[in-house]
Formats: sequence, structure tokens, C-alpha cells
Amino acid sequence: MADKVLMKGNEAIAEAAIIAGCRYYFGYPITPQTEVAAYMAKRMPKVGGTFLQAESEIAAINMVYGVSSTGKRVMTSSSSPGISLKGEGLSYLAGADLPALVVNVQRGGPGLGGIQPSQSDYFQATKGAAHGDFRMIVLAPASVQEMAELTVKGFALADKYRMTSMILADGTMGQMMEPVSLDLEVEPAPEKPWAATGTGMKRSHNIINSLYLKPEQLERTNFERYERYKAIEENEVLCEEYLTDDADICIAAFGIAARVSRNAVNEARKQGIKAGLIRPITLWPFPKKQFAEAAKHARAFISVELSMGQMIEDVRLATECRVPVTLCNRAGGMIPSPDQVLDAIKAAYNGGDDK
Amino acid sequence: MIVFDKPKALADVPLHYCPGCTHGIVHRLVAEAIDELGIEGRTVGIAPVGCSVMAYDYFNCDMIEASHGRAPAVATGVKRALPDNIVFTYQGDGDLASIGMAETIHSAARNENITIIFINNAIYGMTGGQMAPTSLPGQITQTSPYGRDVTLCGWPIRICELLSELDGPEYLERVAVNSVKNVLSAKKAITKAFRNQVEGKGFSLVEVLSSCPTNWGLTPAKALEWVGEKMIPYYPLGVYKDRTAAKEGEAK
Repeated sequence: MADKVLMKGNEAIAEAAIIAGCRYYFGYPITPQTEVAAYMAKRMPKVGGTFLQAESEIAAINMVYGVSSTGKRVMTSSSSPGISLKGEGLSYLAGADLPALVVNVQRGGPGLGGIQPSQSDYFQATKGAAHGDFRMIVLAPASVQEMAELTVKGFALADKYRMTSMILADGTMGQMMEPVSLDLEVEPAPEKPWAATGTGMKRSHNIINSLYLKPEQLERTNFERYERYKAIEENEVLCEEYLTDDADICIAAFGIAARVSRNAVNEARKQGIKAGLIRPITLWPFPKKQFAEAAKHARAFISVELSMGQMIEDVRLATECRVPVTLCNRAGGMIPSPDQVLDAIKAAYNGGDDK
Repeated sequence: MIVFDKPKALADVPLHYCPGCTHGIVHRLVAEAIDELGIEGRTVGIAPVGCSVMAYDYFNCDMIEASHGRAPAVATGVKRALPDNIVFTYQGDGDLASIGMAETIHSAARNENITIIFINNAIYGMTGGQMAPTSLPGQITQTSPYGRDVTLCGWPIRICELLSELDGPEYLERVAVNSVKNVLSAKKAITKAFRNQVEGKGFSLVEVLSSCPTNWGLTPAKALEWVGEKMIPYYPLGVYKDRTAAKEGEAK
């Protein structure tokens, strides 16, 4: 068994990125993800890589765009307000079909918001990070170990599908320390014949671009991209199901909310309520099938979120509103307690029986 | 014997530029510099947003299209990933001196070993002639229809002078392409800006005073006269920084 080391989630992301072969990191300080930059500033020079503190999040994502254009693995990280600034770059990365890993260690919003954990960038990450039709693969870790594993996975998926993988962590995941094994399985990066590395006078020039002035052509690139997205929805869904087989009450939660919910599910079971938990690991693609399956026997779903209720919309869509879906939430940097979730389970359970 | 030919680094495709536009001249100068230095195979160019957005189709080297103003950040990424390649950006005044000012200043401050060709024609061309950060006081544009009122819209920005205050950059020069003599000087400056990069000297920017007959509402010939009569007095030509020459001067 591999040795484990005690690390912060943010540090685990940084070290895992280096293990994944990423040698280029561009970032800008913002709480609660700054440890990623600090770690990279120390480590990158030691492994022959580049750490550069950019003048802004906008510059950082465009430096990422530049490195990705050359075919090399590259990443940036930030927290919610900084991700908003990166939005333009995310759209251009999508339009130019460039792979990248972008980490969002979320804090409460909107606006400057706060610096405590949040999950209120779910819509932004899964629905609309910026202008235009595009998706990102969105990975939601629920432990420091997963911060590391999903970072490695994120690079592989980004390369495979030529798009952005986003780690959507909450501040808790970034800040907490847990033992982590860095014995990670890394897929080597594929060949990238499209990259702009200089023609060497041996081939015609490669162009990295998202501009298509002919609408027929632009439409075609969109259709082709969505064919790729369809393949991702079919092949890349990741999800953990906990006691869902016989669950009457099924919780949907990711990240820290899933860990809190798991405790509440255990307690509910002790008290005779068949509760279960579906924890999406990929928020996009969303585990629709797993939710549809659970909706066949569950009487109610509860979406437990550190937001005003964002993922709940996907839970309703996936369950096609066949059963009630309620929200159990805290916002602005607050975290629901197991008791709050347990109360929501009981309310859903009794509500279903009594009426 | 061929005495005048198309540069090899320039693609054999029709350019979309308006009649009398000087982008064609500057594209040619860039391509000639690339040819003369023999660097086409290891050059990566970054196109901006604006009239020259489709420069990616016009140069035979690998090309990347950047978002508005971000070309120096993209170039930074490319150069850090491919330090042995030659990386240049080609940007207009709205791109470089307005929306992309932060990227411009910081890439200069870092002395990124890149080459920037900055086209200053005192107007936003592609969107149809709006006020640029370099539009002259009193200049009539679509968004300054009564003339640029500096009390309302502020003063034009002189990029070479501004950047010359930084310790970072290696070489800053302003040239014009309004006469044969000036085109020849521009050629020298652009070639130097590329050679500096080949020699690892650092951030080199050439500002090229250019014309926009379409949006200035002038004939091509009158537009070139306007560069000489109006622009050059406000934007004096010359070398604003040349660290290597300054060091050599000190040594003597």
C-alpha cells in the first residue's frame, strides 16, 4: 500500500497536477485557493516547470490559452469572483477546442461575497460559464484524495475531448487536511498534431481559432462539438451511490454537502428511515440515469446544497418531477449540519406518509 | 532575375483589407523580417481582435487567434512553453492600448522575450470607426461625433512614451508607413524587433502609425497626408527605448 501524506486539498491539487505532467501554472491570488499558487511557486522551478503570477485572472486564463495552443498540459486555479473573470477565456478555449484544467475553489457570492465555502457557482460551471454554446467537464471532489485523483482525471479528459475540465471544489475541500495517497495513475497525453509549435517548414500552418464568419461553418463546429459532448454524457459519468437501492428518501449532494449528508443518512437509517445518497462526481455530465433509476422507488428527493438551490434543477429534470424534490441548504459560506439534513429527511418521510 | 517578389512568410491569398489600408504594407514588412531572419518554421504569431483578426490566414507560420486585448498574455504562454520559438503579436490600438492595456504593460514589465507589432491608426476600424484610445483631440469618429472632447473622454495615450518609463522592455520604437522613406525605416525597426527576440534580448514593440482611409473618410492619398500632418506631430517618431544600444553607448 502506498504511503499517505497529510495535505491540504489545495496542495493535493497542485501536486497531483505535477504528477499528471502539468508543467505550466498561471494564477492570481484569491482566497480560499491561494495555496495552489503558493505550492506551484515552490514546486514548479524544482521540476523544470513554469509558475507565473499573472497580472489578473484574465491574463492567467489567456496564458493558459497560449500554452494549451502549443499542446502542453496547463492549468490555472481561482475562486468564484476570479472564475467570473476567466469566463471570457473559458469560452475562447471551448471555441478553439483547447484542453485545459481550471480549478474553482468556491466561496460565497454574489459579488465579492465572502471567503467561506460555497457551492453557488454550480450554474456557472455546469450551464453557462460564458457566452456561446459550450460545456465544460465539471468534477466535484468530496475528499482531499479526490482532489488529487480528479485533477489527474481532469487532465486526461481535457486532452481526450479537447476541452476544459473544471474541478468544482468548495472552500472546505481546498482548506481541509486529510491523508492522501499520491500513487496516482496517469494517462500520458495524446499526440496533438493540431498544436501551434512552429511548422518546421514541414507542414502547412496550424491555426488555433474560434472565429467563423460564415454561419454555416460556425453552426457545423457547434454541431460537431455537441456530438463530442454527447459521447461524454454517455461515457464519462461518475457518481457514488450510497444505500440508494432501497431508499425511500434519496439525497442529492456533492462535495462537503455529500459528506454531511452521508452522516444524516446513517442516522436516518438508525432511526428506521430508509435514506440514501446519490453523490454526483461529474456535475456535467450529470448522472441522469442514476437519478431516474432511484426515482422508481424513492418517495422524495432532497437536494442538499451550499447555495440557494442550483443542482436541484438538474435533480428535478433527471427525475422528471415524478416525486417531490425539496431543498435543504445553507448559503453565503454556511454549511448545513447533519441534524439539519436529518430533519429534512424526516420531514420528507413524514410528509409523504401523513398526507 | 526577380527583383520584387512576395515574401515567403506571407500566404498567397487575397487580403480583405480596404483599399488604401496600410495593414497590407505592415504585413509585408513583418513577413520580410521573418524571411530575412529565416525563422518562419519556428515562428508562432498571435492575431488580435479588430481589422487584422484574420492575420492568422495571411502568415504562413503557425497562428493563434486571441481574444480582444489578450494577445500579449497568450504570447507569454506560448513563449514560456516554447522558449526557442519566435512569438509575435500583431495588434491594433483598441486591442493593445484600451481593452488590453494591462496585458501590454505587464508583458513589457516582465520583459517577455516577444515581439509586438502595434498598429496605431487612431480609430476602431472593424466596428466601423469609433473613438480609439489613440484618437486625436478633436478627431471626429462615430462615438465622438462632435470631435474628441478631452474634458469628457480624456487624452490620447502615447504607448511608446508610457512603456519607456518601465525598466522591463528592451526596445520601443515608433515608426510610420506614410511615405517610402518611413516604410523603409519601419522595415528596419520591425526586423530589429524580431532580431532582438532571436538574440534573446527581450520585449520589443514597434508602434506603426497607420492610415484608415475608410473610417477617416479620406482618400488613401489624403489619409497618408493626415498621418504626416496630424498624427506624427502628436506621436513623434523615434526610438523610445533601446537597452542594448544604451549599454553600448555607456561602454563607449
